Amino acid sequence: MAAFGSFALLIALALAAYNLLAGALALRLIATGQQAPISPERLADTARRAGIAGFLAITAAAFALIWSVFTNDFSITYILEHSNRALPGLYKFSALWSGQEGSLLLWAFLLGTYGFVLRLTHKTDVKLYAYAGTILSAIQVFFLLILNFAAPPFALYRGAIPEDGNGLNPLLQYPEMVIHPPMLYLGYVGFAVPFCFALGALMMRYPGEKWIRITRVWTMVTWLFLTCGIFLGMHWAYAVLGWGGYWGWDPVENASFMPWLTGTAFLHSVMMQEKKGMMKSWNVWLIFSTFLLTMLGTLLTRAGLVSSVHAFAQSSIGTWFVIFMGIVLGVCIFTYILHRSHLKGEHRVESLVSRESSFLFNNLVLLTACFVILWGTLFPILSEYVVGNKVTVGAPWYNRVAVPIGVFLLFLTGVGPLLPWRATSFRSIRRNFVAPVIALWAAVIVCLAVGVNPWKEGSFSSGTFYALVSFAVCAAVMTAILSEFFRGARVISHQTGSNLAVATWLLTRRNTRRYGGYIIHIGVVIVVVGLAGSAFNTSQEQELGLGDKLLIGPYTLVQVGATQDSNLNYNSEYAMLDVYKGGKKQFQMTPEKRVYLVNDQPQTMVAIHSLPSWDLYVVYEGSNPSTSQPIIKAILNPLVGWIWAGVVILIFGTFIALVPSISPATASLRVPATRPVPTEPALKGGD
Amino acid sequence: MSAPLRVSFWVRKILGVEKVLRAPFISRTLRNEWDTKNPNSRTGRPSFWLKSVEAAVLAVAVCFSLGATDPGARYHDLNHRLMCTCGCSELLGECNHVGCPSSGQELAELNADMVAGMSDNQIFSAFSAKYGATVLAAPTTQGFDLVAWIAPFAVFAAAMLGTILLIRRWGGIAGAEAERAALEPVIDDPADRERRETIRRETGNDGGF
Repeated sequence: MAAFGSFALLIALALAAYNLLAGALALRLIATGQQAPISPERLADTARRAGIAGFLAITAAAFALIWSVFTNDFSITYILEHSNRALPGLYKFSALWSGQEGSLLLWAFLLGTYGFVLRLTHKTDVKLYAYAGTILSAIQVFFLLILNFAAPPFALYRGAIPEDGNGLNPLLQYPEMVIHPPMLYLGYVGFAVPFCFALGALMMRYPGEKWIRITRVWTMVTWLFLTCGIFLGMHWAYAVLGWGGYWGWDPVENASFMPWLTGTAFLHSVMMQEKKGMMKSWNVWLIFSTFLLTMLGTLLTRAGLVSSVHAFAQSSIGTWFVIFMGIVLGVCIFTYILHRSHLKGEHRVESLVSRESSFLFNNLVLLTACFVILWGTLFPILSEYVVGNKVTVGAPWYNRVAVPIGVFLLFLTGVGPLLPWRATSFRSIRRNFVAPVIALWAAVIVCLAVGVNPWKEGSFSSGTFYALVSFAVCAAVMTAILSEFFRGARVISHQTGSNLAVATWLLTRRNTRRYGGYIIHIGVVIVVVGLAGSAFNTSQEQELGLGDKLLIGPYTLVQVGATQDSNLNYNSEYAMLDVYKGGKKQFQMTPEKRVYLVNDQPQTMVAIHSLPSWDLYVVYEGSNPSTSQPIIKAILNPLVGWIWAGVVILIFGTFIALVPSISPATASLRVPATRPVPTEPALKGGD
Repeated sequence: MSAPLRVSFWVRKILGVEKVLRAPFISRTLRNEWDTKNPNSRTGRPSFWLKSVEAAVLAVAVCFSLGATDPGARYHDLNHRLMCTCGCSELLGECNHVGCPSSGQELAELNADMVAGMSDNQIFSAFSAKYGATVLAAPTTQGFDLVAWIAPFAVFAAAMLGTILLIRRWGGIAGAEAERAALEPVIDDPADRERRETIRRETGNDGGF
């Protein structure tokens, strides 16, 4: 199977190279109108078919690796290092992305899958898709070069083949880890597609903004995958790492967050280009930056540039990525300079207080947030280079610098939709902002009344202060969004005679992009409420003998047993804790600690009891070597459940935004009956 | 005069709402409307706006002029500004390894330093001298480390200022264009306008209009 996999990768490389060269030649011939022995259109089609065949070859290679994992083929070094016989079947799949070579193969496979879909749907706009497909094949060539020559996944083990493998990293032996990395990779890899469309559209000087509409679904789906990947990662960190948090500003976490920020900025600002023909250069550079940031994230993860708990071992492939990023940046700059006249905006922002400017400021804040994270991630390297002194840039720095920017971004989320296009007036500001401002101050009063007070007991808590501000801004933004729904629904209710709930549904269906976007914003607000809750975390740590009690918040945890268990994969120790509230037993929790037999690595399995108000989070930290009694850490995490609920709403909103709008029932009223309805001109896009 | 009171004084001194409205980042429409509705506003100072700005600045000033004084809160605050040195990449107060060779000792040292009456900076200096600069969870505010703190806000401020100036410039150009356009015949038919917009979006030209 190793030979089959290696051969499949070589064929895939040859096909991708043909796709690139033949595609580029065909597009060049079409652009210059030169004569050739073969028609450029046919040549371009052979390139497209080579791309499809390349996908099949990469799929065969991925299949070969999975097959080798399931058949315990330890003659392949990668399988030996990342699997073992006792590994449960579900986690055998995880072996595909648990190491450097496998995860690069996954990357190439996903890129091939995106390319396959793109090439199958090429009839949407043949020429634009040909450009995009050719650029995509260039990226594919890069990954296949690495897979064939720098990090081959089918390299054979030299020497006597061991009976069993080294096993999978225990941190990956968790159900979410079967979904989280592919989701994240789908997001990372997916941004290559809008990048290729943007670069292709610029190269061919694509007329109009239709290419944005074509790529919108790609961009949104990719963004959705990345969002899901990031939040699944947060949930995994929360449930597995056992420190009670979900985001530690680790460089690898940051690497996934940066393209998400620029991707989010792109999704907002392309609306300006689509509707008003504005910000064309800006958008092109946003998507270029997003793709380059996905590459940078991969470089950070794999080259060992920054220390991280997630990073793969240091390797030489960092150089490959640096060279590739240099080439991509060079091509982007060259193409931009060559065709920048094509990106001249048709309108400009006229007023600082308008919908257009709110989009612009939203973009600025998102990019500033991206810069802050990039700066924080790279500052240790910079410091070491400049003053020879490595420093740590951890959570306290990010909390002080990034949180205010995040709150400001949230504020803009609420303000933007309330501003009209072009310019505004005092009257409209007063009309639109009264309710949100009242909600803001009401939230402040309520928070102070229930004890969210930053100035407690003579000291000031910046965490509580930011939580107070976040709650207040969330209340204002939520009011602003709901009032938008209410205003629109009231009009439709008046027109159709339906009740407000039905009218809201109709309103959403009539403009899914706009109201889907609002639902996404509601999800974001709910996520922020959940994040703000972290300011009120409390924890207790205690050694618990049989019958001992641990008090935390309204709960009393009583140890009723501590035992051990084992299976072929791991030994485990766990404690049984009865949880009482108000003197009544509520439920039992069993936090666990596992030690995996094959590599002797420990792993915590946290017990979590979730309520809307808080999570009771219990960690079995181990047993005291002198008394053999379990040491239990209990954390009360307020509002964490809101984060996961917010994500579900956010996903729902994205699906709504992806659904095409229905035409309003009253549209015919706009056209006088005596006039013929104007026919749309026949559009062929760029072909 | 305390810091918050000084801030309040300067807010009153510097910021009348009139000046806010005259600021370059406020749109012409907004200013004109205010001037129309408040003919005497050049001399008067609307107290609501003044007090709002004053209250906001005062609140921020008060927040950042206070520090943690409760010993428990200070201990928690400090152990979340130091790193555990066992290699777990966790904050000292978050390290949850039973039998961690470092966190117990570090926490004991932190406690001892607090009992000895050392200031936050003295504690950080002592830890930094013993364990190296990486024991601090965030860069200091001295030397090159200060750049870590300044750069994000400097970039943000520069970007905002640049954008504001750009929009002001565009606003001026758009105003001039609007005046010129007012002299030309206007296509009033909404259907024609809609069709023109569609053609522009789809093809990138104005459809011959």
